[in-house]
Amino acid sequence: MTARIQLPAKAKKGEVVEIRVLIQHPMETGYRHDDVGHLIKRNVINVLSCRYNGVEVFRADLSSGIAANPYVQFYTVADKSGELEFYWIDDEGQQGSERQSIQVGA
Amino acid sequence: MSCASALAFALLALPALAQQRAIPLSEVKSGSAFLGADLRSLQNDDFANPGTLWLERGEKLWSEPAGKTKQSCASCHKDAKTSMRGVAARYPKVDAESGRLVNLEGRINLCRTRRMGAEPFKYESEELLAMTAYVARQSKGMPMAASVDGPAKAHFEAGEVAYRLRRGQMNLSCAHCHEANWGKRLLSETISQGQPNAYPAYRMEWQTMGSLERRLRACLSGIRAEMLPYGSPEYLDLELYLAWRAQGLPIETPGVRR
Repeated sequence: MTARIQLPAKAKKGEVVEIRVLIQHPMETGYRHDDVGHLIKRNVINVLSCRYNGVEVFRADLSSGIAANPYVQFYTVADKSGELEFYWIDDEGQQGSERQSIQVGA
Repeated sequence: MSCASALAFALLALPALAQQRAIPLSEVKSGSAFLGADLRSLQNDDFANPGTLWLERGEKLWSEPAGKTKQSCASCHKDAKTSMRGVAARYPKVDAESGRLVNLEGRINLCRTRRMGAEPFKYESEELLAMTAYVARQSKGMPMAASVDGPAKAHFEAGEVAYRLRRGQMNLSCAHCHEANWGKRLLSETISQGQPNAYPAYRMEWQTMGSLERRLRACLSGIRAEMLPYGSPEYLDLELYLAWRAQGLPIETPGVRR
């Protein structure tokens, strides 16, 4: 699973920062049928979470309604320098994670 | 004698006629001009454009050794940003060694089989899409400029025949929609000019990346015509004709389409 994460490398303390996540995933809805009529099992990323220095600041429970290769954008307040950890898992148990650091100045 | 010269004249005059443009260059519009504002801004967003996931894969593949020679694309072509700049704008192109017309996908696979001693990528595989998108991306913004003269001429002419051939249960040719009726509505959508300058592109309908040939197959299926197998010579000729129609349009790969 290729994933792209974008957040500012530096921010001022108290600044609202934009975080963008794009993950390559088919997001199989579970409603489609294959060529011989069998239902294709649902396989979507069902959880995407982001921890900022160990504290969860964002969590999304995704389901069938989200398009393939989901793009998620959210905001958090820059508090302290440190690391943001992104984690997600799909219905088949495949996990993905990414880390990115942020420098917070006065 | 006069008969022969008349024939010669007719033969000479034919290509000139064939090169007349149904859509003048001043009116040529990229498919992105027919999109809604949301999809257009998604295409122009270098982060959120889902096609960028394939670019990343392509960038990795570029320097991944493969085949008997244990060489990668980068071993010969070094940095794609400079060596591949403008290359995609000149395809499809006649391969000098075999004399056959190849598109960018075909060129990548020729490099793999001839120079790297590797298996060709399967058509429409994730790898081939990623590599093609990555190579085409290096020409972003450059005008389409495929050659239709010399060895390419016969292919160009065959491509025009393919473009104008009525097909399928609906008995339509490409020209019926994309030349005579572009800009008008087909159900909820505006018919585009059918320009190929953003491929491989991410199509919402597919929910994934696809090649120009996949798009052509979708058109053929839409008019209930027979879909040819990937890589057929007829597609290549048609691709060359489309490239000529799009002359001057900037390359937008990876495009985002409906």
